[in-house]
Amino acid sequence: MSTHALEARALGKKYRRAWGLRDCTFQLPTGRVSALVGPNGAGKSTLMALAAGLLRPTEGEVTVFGNTPDGRGSPDGLAFLGQDKPLYPTFTVAEMLRAGRELNTGWDQEYAEGLIAEARVPLNAKIGSLSGGQRTRVALALALGRRPRLLMLDEPLADLDPLAREDVMRTLMAEVAETGMTVLLSSHVLAELEEVCDHLVLIVDGSVAISGDVDELLAGHRLLIGAKPAGGMDFGPHTVVQARTTPRQATVLLRTTEPVDLPDWDSDQPNLEELVLSYLRANGERSAA
Amino acid sequence: MIEFRIDRRSGVSTYLQLVHQVRHALRLGMLAPGDRLPTAREVVAATAINPNTVLKAYRELEREGLVEPRPGLGTFVKRSLAQPELASDGPLRAAIDSWVGDALAAGLEREDVEALVTSVLDERY
Repeated sequence: MSTHALEARALGKKYRRAWGLRDCTFQLPTGRVSALVGPNGAGKSTLMALAAGLLRPTEGEVTVFGNTPDGRGSPDGLAFLGQDKPLYPTFTVAEMLRAGRELNTGWDQEYAEGLIAEARVPLNAKIGSLSGGQRTRVALALALGRRPRLLMLDEPLADLDPLAREDVMRTLMAEVAETGMTVLLSSHVLAELEEVCDHLVLIVDGSVAISGDVDELLAGHRLLIGAKPAGGMDFGPHTVVQARTTPRQATVLLRTTEPVDLPDWDSDQPNLEELVLSYLRANGERSAA
Repeated sequence: MIEFRIDRRSGVSTYLQLVHQVRHALRLGMLAPGDRLPTAREVVAATAINPNTVLKAYRELEREGLVEPRPGLGTFVKRSLAQPELASDGPLRAAIDSWVGDALAAGLEREDVEALVTSVLDERY
C-alpha cells in the first residue's frame, strides 16, 4: 500500500508543438488537501488529465495509490472533476445520479442523495435549468458518490459567486474531516485555496517550482526587507529565490534551512501568497532574460 | 459551545487564530473545564477551513495542558485560564480605568495610550 495518493516521477507530456508538462516530480501524501497552483497554461489541467488516465505521458510516470493509470476508466480510488463538468443538460438531477449508479461500482446512492438534499437542489430539476453553483454541487455529489480516496478538482470555484464558493468548500472540508480522503484542487487564484490547503504544488511553465507541506515550505523561507546595500547583496549560505529593489529599498525572498542572522535586514516568515508570488516573479525574470 | 471566527485578512495563521480564540474564551470564562470543543467536522462545516488545521490547533492546546481528547467523545477543556483579577469588577481593572481617565484628561489619543501601554508591556514581559 502506497502512502502517497499521487506521485509523479519526471513526468512529461508533449503536445504536437510544445511540452505541456516537463520533468514534473512530486508526491502528494494521503490525507492532505493540496492546492495545485500556477498561472493559466502552466500545465495544471495536463497534470490532472495524466493522473486520471485521460492522457498518456510522453515520458516519466504518474501513479495513483501506487497504480499507473491504464487509460481504461479512472484509476482505483480516484474521482476527477474536470473544468467541463460531466453533466447532461437534458437530464434531471435524479437521472444524473442514476447514471452515476450505473456507471460506477462502489456507488453510494444514499450519500449522493444526501449531498444533493444538503445543497437544496430539487431532484426533478433539469441540469440545464440549474445555476452555476447548483451545477457544481451536483457534479461534486456525483464525484463524491463514488466514495473516492483521492478527489481531483480542476478549477472547482471558477464561475461561482462567493456564497456558492463558501458552500462548496464547507461541504468538501466536512467530507475530508469525515473520511480522511486526499484532495487536489487546482486554481490560478491562490487566495481561493489558502484557507483550505495544507499542502502546495506550484507549477510554473510546465514544471514543479516548489511542492510540500505548507507550514514546512513557509518555515523554509525568509522574507527580508532592508535598505538597498551599496555593493552587491551577499546572503552567505542562503539561496536567493527572488530580489526586488527600488532605488532605496530591497525585498528579498531567501530559501534556507538555517537560522538567518543578518542584522541589517528585517527578517520575517513569508505568508503563502508572498512565497508563491516570489517564485512566479522569479520565473518571469528568467524567461524575460 | 465556542464558535470560531476566521479573519482571512489578519495575516495570523488560521491555526493560531483558533488557538487564540480558545485561550481568550478560557480567560473570559466562556469556556470552562468539562466543556466540549466542537469537532473538526463541526468547525469546518461552519468555517470552510481545512480539518487538519483544526486538529493542529487542538494538539497545540493539548500540549499546553488546556484541553484533552477523550477517544470517541471529543476534545474537552481541562483547565481554565480565568483569574479573579480579570473579572469586570476586579481591582486591577478599576486601577486601569482610573489611569485611562487620567490619560484622557491629559489629552492623549487612543493610539497614544496604546503605544504607551505596549511599550510598558514590552519592558515588563
